[in-house]
Amino acid sequence: MTFRKYLVLSGVTLFAAIGDSLLARGMKQVGNISLQRLPDVILTILNPWVALGIIFLLGFFAAYMTALSWADLTYVLPATSLGYVLLALIAKFLLHEQVTTTRWLGIALISAGVGFVTQGPALTRHPRDQKEASGDRLAEPGGTRPVGTRMDP
Amino acid sequence: MKHAYTWGAVLAVVLASTTGDVLLSRAMKQVGDVGELWRHAGLLTVAGRILRNPSFLLGILAMAMAFYSLLFALSWGDVSLVAPASASLTFVANAVAAKIFLHERVDHRRWMAALLVAGGVLLLAA
Repeated sequence: MTFRKYLVLSGVTLFAAIGDSLLARGMKQVGNISLQRLPDVILTILNPWVALGIIFLLGFFAAYMTALSWADLTYVLPATSLGYVLLALIAKFLLHEQVTTTRWLGIALISAGVGFVTQGPALTRHPRDQKEASGDRLAEPGGTRPVGTRMDP
Repeated sequence: MKHAYTWGAVLAVVLASTTGDVLLSRAMKQVGDVGELWRHAGLLTVAGRILRNPSFLLGILAMAMAFYSLLFALSWGDVSLVAPASASLTFVANAVAAKIFLHERVDHRRWMAALLVAGGVLLLAA
């Protein structure tokens, strides 16, 4: 894991939490949407908070796809779940919601889970996987075929 | 009866978003390291290779289904039940699906992480 990769994982976490908060704020202004008038949903993107939220969520998606291109799904999901913690903190300090003891306990559990998974390797190496070892883990037996074949156009 | 509808919709969210995550993850593993590819071949090649990947398109479709199922679940049940229940079940379902379909090595550490995060998400909503 390089610094750049940790940066991408932070991007996944931050963009998702900020995007969701912006959407929540915008949708509170827009008000209820009924299923009978679903086309109204399209008009909600005219709300600046919602529009900004969508831009952040697009950033989230790009970072998420980048992370999945070099790390396992079972690594990326827990590693970026700090976003839930961030959402709780945003709720407390920006939206002035009450954070109960149970919620702090939930935050502790999530942080523990993040700690667990980031201690381990980020990518499972299969014997037929021809990708170059990126240095955070020794190549496994059978993984010594020529590198670069995957990159052929 | 409303209860059954809510949980049915939550189940649909979990299934659809797990399918989506697995397909997107498979697609990106086929595309390869995006950062490296970008440096070698440029952004257009990266975008083209991602957008022409069948798993990616199916994954997006599954994610859209998950989103609409979530809307239905929310219209039947409380947000404080539906959102954390589907998020936390999705974490566990993803660990199982990644092991079966993506052949990821889900060791004790990753099981613990998935369960801790799932439990934490439930507590956040309690």
